[in-house]
Amino acid sequence: MVARAARAIEPGMLVNLGIGLPTRVVNFLPTGMEVGLHTENGLVGVGPTMDYDHADCDLIDAGGAYISALPGGAFIDSAMSFAIVRSGRLDLTMLGAFEVAQNGDLANWKIPGKFSPGVGGGIELAQKAAHVMVLTTHTDRKGNPKLLERCTLPLTAIGSVERIFTDMAVVDVTPQGFVLRELAEGISVAEVKSATGAPLMIPDGDIPTF
Amino acid sequence: MRLPQKNRTIEEAVAHIGDGASIMVGGFGVPGTPFNLIAELVRQGQKNLTIIKNDANEAGMGIDHLLANGQVRKLIVTHLGLNAHAIELMNRGVIEVEFCAQGILAERIRAGGAGLAGFISDIGIGTELAEGKQMVTVDGSDYVLETALRTDAALIHAERCDGFGNLCFAKTARNFNPLMAMAADCVIVQSRNCLPIGDIDPDSIHTPGPFVDHVVALDQLHKEYAIVRR
Repeated sequence: MVARAARAIEPGMLVNLGIGLPTRVVNFLPTGMEVGLHTENGLVGVGPTMDYDHADCDLIDAGGAYISALPGGAFIDSAMSFAIVRSGRLDLTMLGAFEVAQNGDLANWKIPGKFSPGVGGGIELAQKAAHVMVLTTHTDRKGNPKLLERCTLPLTAIGSVERIFTDMAVVDVTPQGFVLRELAEGISVAEVKSATGAPLMIPDGDIPTF
Repeated sequence: MRLPQKNRTIEEAVAHIGDGASIMVGGFGVPGTPFNLIAELVRQGQKNLTIIKNDANEAGMGIDHLLANGQVRKLIVTHLGLNAHAIELMNRGVIEVEFCAQGILAERIRAGGAGLAGFISDIGIGTELAEGKQMVTVDGSDYVLETALRTDAALIHAERCDGFGNLCFAKTARNFNPLMAMAADCVIVQSRNCLPIGDIDPDSIHTPGPFVDHVVALDQLHKEYAIVRR
């Protein structure tokens, strides 16, 4: 699924990869691809992840992973970083999710009383990036669906998610609701439907696999 | 003429902070966190503090020592995801936690440092994060009023500085540091590269000296300023 999500990134884009699964997308981008990665803690021009032996303790991404900076990269303060986000310079962000609703609502910052890691930069990324995609497991650890008719948790952003990459499928958010676009290898349409907590439209014809 | 020197011992500098103080602390994770100044604050033991920082570091590091020592009343942060201890204290009601969207926190601090009362923004409208904020309508569109933040003190980590308080930050250790260095009444800077005044290229200075009150030259960085192997 991470490799599949990486194929959504097009040359020339400025992209922010959120904390968690999305951060791993960087390792699936073709070498030599012309793309700018923004990390909100203060770098445009994120390069490959570094192992501990080659890490620089002053150079991390927003998830705390040790990274490198590409030639031509720029270090920026947190106000400049979010000026880039809010002014619409980001072409794409990929974020994690607790829940995604069929209208594109996203909840990923708070499970009241249990786990409230905080919003971080997610709210501004989800509201202001030109395209917002989610990378998440299709269900939570207990098997409950994360793709729902309506989010039950406090929202991060309203109606902003366009596409969801999961371990089971690629699902688009459309004005009519969720539409199945691709299936993970070995997964059936029926399995995706039963793991989805909202109506899932199935287009006519073969569903491609990834 | 020459520019004034602001070099202090770490004990002198941190002693300017009193009980009940509000304190901005630079850093995002390890990079840019003034661990030495935090450790001195733990040693001096000021109580009932309000801490504004991007995050609360990780359990057993940095801000977490202030939490463990019972010195913190309230945290204003964007994220606590790497510090399970802080989340537990929040859930038990031991500390008050206010979450702020990261770029909004940065801009509220920037506004405070720039002598502004606040700014208006459409971030978070319709979500819990905008609840209770004053609404403003401009040209028919709705915005929330975000108030500026200023604190009694700011603790800053700089890669390089001089005795006047001109500062340079390194890589992703810049983050909130230059913003917070403008937004507090008492700005304390730690650096292990404190140079004579005049030795930093004026064109490469990120934060100019007038914002800084106390400069602490370190022999070495705190052991927590290091690679974290997870």
